[in-house]
Amino acid sequence: MDVFEKLKILTSAAKYDVACTSSGANKKAVPGGIGSASPWGICHSFAGDGRCISLLKLLMTNVCINDCKYCVNRCSNDVQRTFFTPRELADLTINFYRRNYIEGLFLSSGVINNADYTCEQMIETLRILREEYRFSGYIHAKAVPGADTALVAKLGMLADRISVNIELPSQRSLQLLAPDKPAESILTPMEFICHRIQENISDRKTFRHTPKFAPAGQSTQMIIGATPDTDYQILRLSHALYSKYRLKRVFYSAYIPVSSNTLLPPVGSKPPLLREHRLYQADWLLRFYGFSPGELLDKENPNFNPFIDPKCNWALNHMEFFPVEVNRASYQELLRVPGIGVTGAKRIISTRRTGVLNFDGLKKLGIVLKRARYFITCGGRTVEGLKCNQDEILKSLLSKRALSMYNQGLPLQPQPEQLSFFDEPLLSEGDNRKCLTGQI
Amino acid sequence: MPDGSDIVYSYDGSFEGLLCCVFESLEKREVPAEILLKDAPQGVLFPVKNIITDIHKYDRVLSAVTDKISFSALDFARHAFLTCLPQKERYILLFLRLGFQYGASVMDMLTDEVVNTLFKAVKHLKRESHLLKGFIRFSVNSNVLTAEIEPKNYVLPLLSRHFCGRYPEEHFLIYDRTHGMALVYRPYQSKIIPIEDFLLSEPDPEEQAYREMWQLFYNSIEVEGRHNPKCRISHMPKRYWKYMTEFQNKKNCLPKLCEPCLKD
Ligand code: SF4
Repeated sequence: MDVFEKLKILTSAAKYDVACTSSGANKKAVPGGIGSASPWGICHSFAGDGRCISLLKLLMTNVCINDCKYCVNRCSNDVQRTFFTPRELADLTINFYRRNYIEGLFLSSGVINNADYTCEQMIETLRILREEYRFSGYIHAKAVPGADTALVAKLGMLADRISVNIELPSQRSLQLLAPDKPAESILTPMEFICHRIQENISDRKTFRHTPKFAPAGQSTQMIIGATPDTDYQILRLSHALYSKYRLKRVFYSAYIPVSSNTLLPPVGSKPPLLREHRLYQADWLLRFYGFSPGELLDKENPNFNPFIDPKCNWALNHMEFFPVEVNRASYQELLRVPGIGVTGAKRIISTRRTGVLNFDGLKKLGIVLKRARYFITCGGRTVEGLKCNQDEILKSLLSKRALSMYNQGLPLQPQPEQLSFFDEPLLSEGDNRKCLTGQI
Repeated sequence: MPDGSDIVYSYDGSFEGLLCCVFESLEKREVPAEILLKDAPQGVLFPVKNIITDIHKYDRVLSAVTDKISFSALDFARHAFLTCLPQKERYILLFLRLGFQYGASVMDMLTDEVVNTLFKAVKHLKRESHLLKGFIRFSVNSNVLTAEIEPKNYVLPLLSRHFCGRYPEEHFLIYDRTHGMALVYRPYQSKIIPIEDFLLSEPDPEEQAYREMWQLFYNSIEVEGRHNPKCRISHMPKRYWKYMTEFQNKKNCLPKLCEPCLKD
């Protein structure tokens, strides 16, 4: 098989992995070498689906001994199999990198022979890049569940970011759909990586030249919509992952049906993109806006409203918090206003030092007044002629299309048909906590 | 505001020259209605005062800016000078005059018309240069990397550090067609020089193979169930596509871009 065919197969097999960011590392090329990394990451292109292409994202092989039901590479699936040798992969990476096609490599793999062997092949690829090519560009490596921790440690010394996919949001789902991946095989390396990163940070304080272990941190990914887990469960799980394992990012991937299995949404049903979008918005609110999962959802309302974003939803349910006075409100208070984001809030804070802000000024700062006006005052005043009733507010917060669907009581996205799986009792609340204490 | 708006300055187009205009404006307590390039066609009604670039005056303004305003204000003015904002010279002059009046806090006066306009222009510049760090495509030819761009702002000075730091052992050239300039690098030396024209040579078989592999990768990585051209365009405006390898074949080219792409 020529390299073109391999590339095609191993790219297509990797495309469902959502993470493609190259952020979090800051490195210069070493003498005689090539490559650098910038803390914010760089997008090199955008695919037809609108997602950023930053890294050469592919599988080392799509051969896999496991049979995860939701995965195209499961051993029971009838697809063509192939693999790249470490040398082929390293050469391809460097040649793409020289042409500025990519920011680096995102290497993942099916499990070939066994987890340790797979991990060793990945290590060899990274070794060629780092040692022979003296490559300082970004490398994201996926730890193979079940691989020896010594190998994971080696991988982390070569990669900038390392990730273990949590795959599904609860233990039950995992048992049903990924029978070959006991939860420990996911959580043990996650915990190990977290410890190594912390250890490495403190070592580096003592011995300045200690080489870095995964300087861009750890991330994970879970599939949304393949199982009946609620948004509330998912968000609490993410929150716990951020605090317990200090993950840099949790990625959500709307499930795209790739197999017919009574346990899964049927092939041909639409991926729940809107739900994925809402989860990203909420994730953002957790990480940068100081929200906790319990503020956004609860047992009674365990799923996000498809019509309205989580922040607006929170605001509408907490009108007692508003209006806030932009000339006095704290940064945290400003962040809670629909239409004011992180940049907007920062600009308000610095600009108001030079004089009193009015509505005109806010517009210049890029504040979306159409939304924000219901929730703020400027010098004690609201926007002139403002009608502050539920209808008006909804109109300003929803898109035209969403509003009309909302009024007609239509769902925003076609729902997949009810499946046998959904008839089972929903998972208990304690499930995701258990999963984080390692007993998932 | 001091009067003198019936006066027009002309200068040599350098940042040093512009700061000499600022010197003149402060000394004569006048604000020019316009600041023109020395050899620009002059159909102006007002008398034109030619400002000579004098390195001593430049130095004095420079240290006044850092002393009385701030280093970040100087940095900001330097960036503003690279933007494609019409009449950027006059805006920069007004900005510095405001700075001398209000001190360091001028950088926070985002609701002021002048500061706001410049702020947006600099943001545009930085965004364009950031995008180009990713969108630039090199072709490898006899071991030299060459690329072409057509930016609105003069981004080469901002790209220089990034690419020189990334490819320290390579020889490369980035040609800016808009401004007729090129960033040229060979191990450990770089400069930006004017270039008349530049023609990319035909790809050799190896180069061609990598281009095709990249196109193959680009097409394979899309998840069809999520096709979203609107989102792609908003992240990657079409004007950048012209020089990007992934769009240089029939399949991906938009009708509008096809002709020049195919002729190459
Ligand atoms: S182990 Fe990974 S590649 Fe293999 S079937 Fe499971 S998810 Fe797919």
